[in-house]
Amino acid sequence: MVPTLEVQNLRVHFMLDEGVVRAVDGVTFSVRDGKTLGIVGESGSGKSVIGQSILRIVPPPGRIVEGKILLRMENEDGTKGRLDLAQLDPNSRQARSIRGRDVAMIFQEPMNSFSPLHTVGNQIIEALRLHSDVSKNEARNRAIEMLGKVGIPRPEHRIEAYPHQLSGGMRQRAMIAMALVCNPRVLIADEPTTALDVTIQAQIVELLKQLQEEFGMAILFISHNLGVVAEISHDVLVVYFGRVMEQAPVDVLFREPLHPYTRALLKSVPGIDTPVRSKLATIDGTIPEPSELIPGCPFFGRCDQCGGDSVCQDTPYVLTKVAENHSVACPLVCVAG
Amino acid sequence: MSEAQVLLEVKDLKKHFPIHRGVFKKVVGHVKAVDGVSFRLRAGETLGLVGESGCGKTTVGRMIMGAYRPTSGNVWFQPPNGQPRIDLADIRPKQMKPLRRHIQMVFQDPFASLNPRMTVRQILAEPLVVNKVAKGRELEARVRELVELVGLKLIHLNRYPHAFSGGQRQRISIARAMALYPCVIVADEPTSALDVSVQAQIVNLSLEIQDKIGVAYLFISHDLGLVRHFSKKIVLMYVGRVVEYAPAEPLFARPRHPYTEALMSNVPSTRPEMVGHKIILEGDPADPINPPSGCPFHPRCLYAEEMCATVEPPLMEVEPEHLVACHFADVLNLTGCDALGCAV
Repeated sequence: MVPTLEVQNLRVHFMLDEGVVRAVDGVTFSVRDGKTLGIVGESGSGKSVIGQSILRIVPPPGRIVEGKILLRMENEDGTKGRLDLAQLDPNSRQARSIRGRDVAMIFQEPMNSFSPLHTVGNQIIEALRLHSDVSKNEARNRAIEMLGKVGIPRPEHRIEAYPHQLSGGMRQRAMIAMALVCNPRVLIADEPTTALDVTIQAQIVELLKQLQEEFGMAILFISHNLGVVAEISHDVLVVYFGRVMEQAPVDVLFREPLHPYTRALLKSVPGIDTPVRSKLATIDGTIPEPSELIPGCPFFGRCDQCGGDSVCQDTPYVLTKVAENHSVACPLVCVAG
Repeated sequence: MSEAQVLLEVKDLKKHFPIHRGVFKKVVGHVKAVDGVSFRLRAGETLGLVGESGCGKTTVGRMIMGAYRPTSGNVWFQPPNGQPRIDLADIRPKQMKPLRRHIQMVFQDPFASLNPRMTVRQILAEPLVVNKVAKGRELEARVRELVELVGLKLIHLNRYPHAFSGGQRQRISIARAMALYPCVIVADEPTSALDVSVQAQIVNLSLEIQDKIGVAYLFISHDLGLVRHFSKKIVLMYVGRVVEYAPAEPLFARPRHPYTEALMSNVPSTRPEMVGHKIILEGDPADPINPPSGCPFHPRCLYAEEMCATVEPPLMEVEPEHLVACHFADVLNLTGCDALGCAV
C-alpha cells in the first residue's frame, strides 16, 4: 500500500542576512491511512516548519530547496497517483484546492485561526463550499453534523456562535470540525493541545483518536510534549536542529530509546520513579546557532554519551536503520552496534 | 517532631472582581476568582498550588504579593525578625513596603518580566538600591554573589536581557527575586514557557537554592508531575475553591477528591505500556462568574449524587493534615497515581 503522505529528504532553508538557516535539513518520513506520526522536538527544532511545508505555507524567506512531498491522490476519474506538493506553486489554484480538502491543519491557538468577525458555522460552511459542490443548506447541515461529531453540545445553536463565545476547548473542537469537514486524508496538528488544560487536553486527544477511527485520516501530530505524543502516536519522529535524530514505533521509542538526545529528553521530565526532590537530568548548553553549518551530529557538545568523541563530530550526519522501523542518527549507537 | 515556623497563613481568602455594564458602569455581578482559600506555608518548605486555568491560583499569588486587595480573608505573614505577625490583607501600602522584600516573586514569562533597557547588573542592583540594602562595593559584591548563585557568569552582567535564552532569563529573574534575602518566593508557573531540558535546569536550580538558603516556595503550577517533584504539601483548587489540601505522598497514593483523581489520570504518560484508564471529564471547568450550586465540581463529577447539586461540601479533615471538600470523601475509593500508572 502506498503511504498517504511520504516526505523524502525535505530541506527548507531560510535565507537571512545572517546566513542560511537550515530549519529542515533532510527529513524523511511517511504516514499511512489511519495512523498517527508524532513529531517531537524542542523549540527551534524545525518541527513546525515541517508541517508548514506540507501545506506550502512556509513564511518567506523560507523556501523548500530540496526534497519531495508525495501525497497519494485518488482522482475523480478513478485514477490514482502521487502528487509532489514540493513542486507546486504555493499560490496556484491547485495548491489552494489541496489545502483544506486533501490536507488540513489545526493550530495551537484556535482564536487566531478563526476570523473573529464571522460565526464558526459560516467559516465551516465556507470551507466546505469552497471545496465541494454543495448547496448552502446541505453545507449547513454538514457543518452541524460535524460540530456534533466533535462533541459540541447543541450544535444547531452553536453554529451561530462567534469564536469568542466559545471556550478554549470548544474552539479547538470547532477548529477540528472545520479541518475535517472536507474529509481530508492528512491532518496536520501543530501543538493542538498546548494551550489547553490537562482535562481538556485529554478530551481533545481522545476525540482525535476517535475521529481517526471513524474517518481514517493520517495524522501528523507535532508537539513538544512527550507524554501527549506517546498517547496519540503510532510512530514517533524525534527532531533536533532540523534533522531526525530517531524514528521508531511509539512503544519502542519510549521503552528503548537509543539516541542520547531522546534519552536525555525523556529523563528530564520527572516521572513516577524519579525520587522526589532529586536532581533531574538536564541537557547542557543550548541548541547551536540556527545558521551554523554542522556536518556531523548536531547534538555534539551537549551529548553526555560521546564525551567529546571526535567520531561524533566528524562522521557526517546519517540516519541509520538499526531494526525494523527503528532508525537512529547517532554514530556511537550505529557504529558500535 | 517540631515543625518549622509558619511564615504565611492564608485564611478564608476571597477575591471577587466586580463586572461593570452599561453607561453608568453598574455592577451587574462578580467574578468569584478566589472564594475561600486557606493554607499554611512553613519556613523552608514548598507548597504546591495546582489547578486549571481560571481556578484562581494566580490571583491567590497576587494577593499575597499585595498586587490585589482581597475582598475578605486574611494573609498572615510572620516577619523573620521576630515581630508579631501581620495581616497583609489589611495594611496600607506604606506599611507594606518594608515587608515586600521578604516576599518576592518569579513570573512565568521571562521575556516580559525583565526590563529590556536594563543590563543584568542594573536589574539585580535595583532591588538592593531601592531598599537601601547595599551600595558601592558592597552592592557590586552582592550582585556578583547572586549571579554565581544562579549559575550565570560575571561576563553576563553587562548584557541586556535580549541576549539571553529563556532559561537564562529565568535564572536572572530568580537572582533578582533572591537579591533581598526573602523568606518566601511566590513562583507563578516559572517553567511553563521553557523546553523540558531547560525546565529541568531551573527545577534543579530552585531546589539547590532552597537547600542552601532555606527559602520557602509557593509554587503555582498546572503541572502535577513537577509539583510532586517539588512540594511537601499540595493545595488543589477548582473554580476559586480548595478541593483538596494534603501532603504530597498520601495525595498521590490515594486522592480523596474525584477532581484530583481525574486530574492525575489525565497527565499524559511517556510510557505507552503504562497508560492506565483515563477519566475523561465532560465539559469545561465551571464559570467563576456563575459557579454551579452546591459542589462546584458536581456537573463534571463521575460520582455526583443529588445532594452534591444543592449542598456545598465543607473542607474537612479526613486524615491528619489531609483536607478534602467532598461529601463522599470517606466512602469513595479513588485510584491514586501509582495505581493508574500515570506519569507523575
